[in-house]
Amino acid sequence: MAKTMPRVQLAAAGGEAVREDLSASPLAVRGLTVSYGNKPAVFSIDATFRAEAMTAIIGPNGAGKSTLLKAALGIVPRLSGRVTVFGEALDKARGRIAYVPQRASVDWDFPTRVVDVVIMGMQRELGLLRLVRPAHRKRAFECLERVGMVDFADRQIGQLSGGQQQRVFLARALAQNADIYLLDEPFAGVDAATEKAIIDVLKALKADGRSVVCVHHDLATVADYFDDAFFINVRKIAEGRIASIFNAETLQATYGGRLASTHIDQLRLA
Amino acid sequence: MNNFLAALTLGAGYNSALVAIGATCLGVAAGVGGTFLFLRKRALVSDAVAHSTLPGVGLAFIIMVMLGGEGRSLAGLLLGSAASAFVGLLAVSWITERTRLAEDAAIGAVLSVFFGVGVVLLTVIQTMSSGRQAGLESFLLGSTAGMLFSDAVVIAVGGAATALATVLMRRPMTIVAFDPDYARSIGIDVPRIDLLMMALVMAVTVIGLKIVGLILIVAMLIIPPVAARFWTDRSSNVIWIAGLIGGSSGFVGSAISASAPALPTGPIVVLVCAAIFFVSLLAAPDRGVLAAVLRHRAFQRRVHRRQGLLALSRGEPIHDVMTLRVLSGEGLIRADGVATETGRSAAARAARDERRWDVARSLYQDTSLPGRYDGLTAIDTVLTRDEIAAIDREIGGPAALDIKGAS
Ligand SMILES: Nc1ncnc2c1ncn2[C@@H]1O[C@H](COP(=O)(O)OP(=O)(O)OP(=O)(O)O)[C@@H](O)[C@H]1O
Ligand SMILES: [Mg+2]
Repeated sequence: MAKTMPRVQLAAAGGEAVREDLSASPLAVRGLTVSYGNKPAVFSIDATFRAEAMTAIIGPNGAGKSTLLKAALGIVPRLSGRVTVFGEALDKARGRIAYVPQRASVDWDFPTRVVDVVIMGMQRELGLLRLVRPAHRKRAFECLERVGMVDFADRQIGQLSGGQQQRVFLARALAQNADIYLLDEPFAGVDAATEKAIIDVLKALKADGRSVVCVHHDLATVADYFDDAFFINVRKIAEGRIASIFNAETLQATYGGRLASTHIDQLRLA
Repeated sequence: MNNFLAALTLGAGYNSALVAIGATCLGVAAGVGGTFLFLRKRALVSDAVAHSTLPGVGLAFIIMVMLGGEGRSLAGLLLGSAASAFVGLLAVSWITERTRLAEDAAIGAVLSVFFGVGVVLLTVIQTMSSGRQAGLESFLLGSTAGMLFSDAVVIAVGGAATALATVLMRRPMTIVAFDPDYARSIGIDVPRIDLLMMALVMAVTVIGLKIVGLILIVAMLIIPPVAARFWTDRSSNVIWIAGLIGGSSGFVGSAISASAPALPTGPIVVLVCAAIFFVSLLAAPDRGVLAAVLRHRAFQRRVHRRQGLLALSRGEPIHDVMTLRVLSGEGLIRADGVATETGRSAAARAARDERRWDVARSLYQDTSLPGRYDGLTAIDTVLTRDEIAAIDREIGGPAALDIKGAS
């Protein structure tokens, strides 16, 4: 008896023997560890994001929020762990998941126009051989319209302000027509009007039955914008409905007391 | 000159025609294949790859001689060069990934070691008794003197295949070059695309050994896309413009070298390519240096004109020398600085435009209009006549009527 115990646990940790049914979750990770050197950036994360919900990923700088998203998308290699999209392996469900990077580290002098960047979002359906047709172009313009960037369609991508670039990358993700959208700090460095425009787009996605996961820093707006929250600081701190977990205790645990209590008091907490 | 014209029409002899066809195909392939090298900012890696071909050439020669052959089969030599270029490429990526050395250090190390080994091998081959005089040094800078029909076919077919493969893979390669993280997120295998890109570059290098040689091939890969970039803001256009520039450099360069006995083909082709680059740098619309200077001048004039007119309308003295020059140049002020008749009405128009903008900005606060104010754009190019009429009503009073009379 005592001898068999550990073996069962190991099997469960590997997710082989006891497979949970994750098909309801648009994105779930189990036992995810990523490290850039010898120090884990995220350690043994379990996360189950809820379908048709907007989830905020919350944590201090360097907590591993971007790393969590990148590892979930296979952009950085996983040391261990499993990622499922609607219960399927990531590679089978690539088409259902779209990503907006944090202030994309791209070459802004690259010879590409705004509309071309949006069309990059259709690469999976275009494949190698299909040509870009007027219908694709029209859809690209529709995506730009949704983020209010139609007037800039013919600009070279570097000739935009930071907030405008951010909206173009959102339009590129919209062009993927995915079921789950992962956004890394879409509101960083954008003005109030742009923030409103972006949140409207995200809410429209949710209303359309898609799921949205956002890395988010502004604690003051969390309760307004999101349904769920995922608190992380290398390890998972808490996850669930805003109403039940967005409280002073979770925030203290996440930010390790670096958040002044006066600041916490001002927030609309659960 | 006659020789040159004859060469341009492929009429300067059999060998020259072969060289012209080969150089053109090579130029197109290099321009197209080099585009992604340039976009991915990996030009120097291709230099390492090119220099890594040399040991392969030497080893292939030695092996062919040992097998009893003559050792000079172009296909055999190219195969050898491709193999050692591949090893060089692997060495660069291995050093970059597995050690803490940056890519430029890896490139320097691989380039010099492989080139050194190659030179040693060539020296050994020269002292070898078996085999005829190899003439392998010609791979350094290319040599088209004894080009055979089969050589031209190898180059043409290889070049066409490379260019086709590049065009086929253009979209994933563009996405990888622009935003590799995003490429991964949509399931593109970035290392594999990078490897493929380098394989295409390797193919261009290998087929270019005969004509341009391994030292200058990097120029044929990089100069065409860099020049093409001046003419367009779209990567899909860069591809074909680069192909065009590469192809015409190959064609014109080989014609020039055929028109005089002592002109080496490879270097001349590269020089023609460089000439096209300089023309692009200077003369390209929009991104060219001349266009930029002219545009800046025109812009500067508009700014000074507008500032001067607004100063006139407020009756302020103008001190800026350039402003005075612009205004008097257009007959808006007299030599003593007093506004002429046209100057006064232009100043009134400028002042009215400014007033209209002021009103429009508060009227259309929630639109993109306030962002379009730059002090230069006339408001009637942005708003409709009716909207302006509404603004004028807002401004109201006899002043508006008065100014209307002036315009
Ligand atoms: N490419 C990298 N190489 C080495 N270490 C990295 C790399 N990227 C991130 N890290 C480290 O991993 C940890 C997590 O980084 P990550 O970017 O995921 O943080 P984050 O929560 O997104 O922070 P921020 O709020 O600043 O965006 C940090 O300690 C960071 O220093
Ligand atoms: Mg981050």
